[in-house]
Amino acid sequence: MMGMEFVSLSLVPMLIGICVAIACALPGNFLILRGQALIGDAISHVVLPGIVVGFLVAGTVSSTVMMLGAAAAAVLSMVAIETIRRLGRIEAGAAMGVVFTTMFALGVLLLEQADTSGVHLDVEHALYGNLEGLIWLDAIGWDSLLDPVALAGLPAELPRMVLVLLVIVAFTVILWRPLAMMSFDEGHARTLGLRTTALSAALVILSAVAAVAAFDAVGSIIVIAMFICPPAAARLMTNRLGSQVLVSVVIAALTAVVGYVLAGYGPLWIGQTASVSAAGMIATVSGVALALAAIWGPHRRRVR
Amino acid sequence: MVPEDRSGAATAAPLEVHGITVTYGEKPAVFSADMTVRAGELTAIVGPNGAGKSTLLKAVLGIVMPLAGQVQFFGLPLDKARDRIAYVPQRASVDWDFPTRVIDVVLMGMYRQLGLLGRVRQAHRDAALHCLTRVGMQDFAERQIGQLSGGQQQRVFLARALAQQADLYLLDEPFAGVDAATEKAIIGVLKELAEEGRTVVAVHHDLSTVPEYFDNVLLLATQVIAEGPVSTTFVPELLHKAYGGRLGAGQVIGALAETV
Repeated sequence: MMGMEFVSLSLVPMLIGICVAIACALPGNFLILRGQALIGDAISHVVLPGIVVGFLVAGTVSSTVMMLGAAAAAVLSMVAIETIRRLGRIEAGAAMGVVFTTMFALGVLLLEQADTSGVHLDVEHALYGNLEGLIWLDAIGWDSLLDPVALAGLPAELPRMVLVLLVIVAFTVILWRPLAMMSFDEGHARTLGLRTTALSAALVILSAVAAVAAFDAVGSIIVIAMFICPPAAARLMTNRLGSQVLVSVVIAALTAVVGYVLAGYGPLWIGQTASVSAAGMIATVSGVALALAAIWGPHRRRVR
Repeated sequence: MVPEDRSGAATAAPLEVHGITVTYGEKPAVFSADMTVRAGELTAIVGPNGAGKSTLLKAVLGIVMPLAGQVQFFGLPLDKARDRIAYVPQRASVDWDFPTRVIDVVLMGMYRQLGLLGRVRQAHRDAALHCLTRVGMQDFAERQIGQLSGGQQQRVFLARALAQQADLYLLDEPFAGVDAATEKAIIGVLKELAEEGRTVVAVHHDLSTVPEYFDNVLLLATQVIAEGPVSTTFVPELLHKAYGGRLGAGQVIGALAETV
């Protein structure tokens, strides 16, 4: 088949897309069951100014510094939310709404002012990344997967995303029982000695790690979509937590592949000449998957 | 030589609370409450809406952080006594559309035996089924929890607590919004627990059943109004004091008529 072209142009973006989708969908399952679905959305808004400041400090697109910046922005926003909530005596949701939108707007302003012309960091990039740009120039075909020299030329985003995915999978598998118990009945879980405050913080922090790691490659659109759409669709397909999580992983991976292919070839099929953003298309496909599950899913109604 | 704390633990009350105070915002929800629960008996926590009954339970269990006060279970701090305590929260406090089955909820009560990654074996499953049988729900083990009625939900919560094999059971409104058959089943199980020498504390709202169901009563209206056996504590003066003007004379007399 079209081995060389596929391996060097499409394989890496597809794999990154799959890793991002699964890394976000896994914690997303627990976030939606805990009524925190919008945390993924919130995180990807809040971290933008942190990432830009990280870039300004480092002077290059360095993932470590940008990650630190993102973490600092997340902490700052939590302090701001708590302060506004206390001083204004309003509920947490309202305080969050104010802080998240302000932080994102600040990020956009910083981006516009910063001299980022030399690198891939601008408002568009923040929204839908540059998935198609992550090509593997050293690849000459499937054999390159076994060639150490060619493997060394892999885009750095892929091993980074694989690592993040592995950490999230390990977290989900090892802490499965406490995560399930905390999501169902936090008070009871706490009386059994589970440290639910630390666990829910860990869940949010890991979601933030997934979001920030994914940010550079795919932008925030996919992140927001993947935290919610695959788990929500999976919930409508099954009534068991274990199968819900497995189904969400399958849906996430499928939407990444289908979305990528549609973005690249879909426009050609309908007579257009240029392709569209892969990140945008993947997010759209995940939304369509959720819509289909909402219409035909076997468990979409409350039983009573 | 017998270690001192051991002999102390043997005689210590299942639950002893001193000066516990909880605030939400600036208003105290519970103010300087003392409570000593008697072993092997059923104790009701009774008081008007907003009296802090549920809050008292949650503070005792560390679910909400008290501002002040000490709590001891069997003479030990909470962390050393968790294996001996089972909590049954209000039914409405969880989302019953959660994707899980009845048997899985009961198995959650065995977390301290199973641990993080322990396999669920047939023995665990049998024990969970036995707990469901005690509350009359053995035929519902494989059901999705969203299919249960309110009374059935409450029984499943009780079965999960039974799976913990505790010595002290703390229940928050176990009879709220349940059918008559469930109420009978639940009080039957609670009385069995007391006969086995275990201790039961329940937040309770139906004054008319207090004398029939419970041995002791704690009257709470943010502060503790009175604590003691039903015969001496569940009396009109103290009830009026706890409920202020909110309790009609008829209600009190109705409730007390059952005592005689």
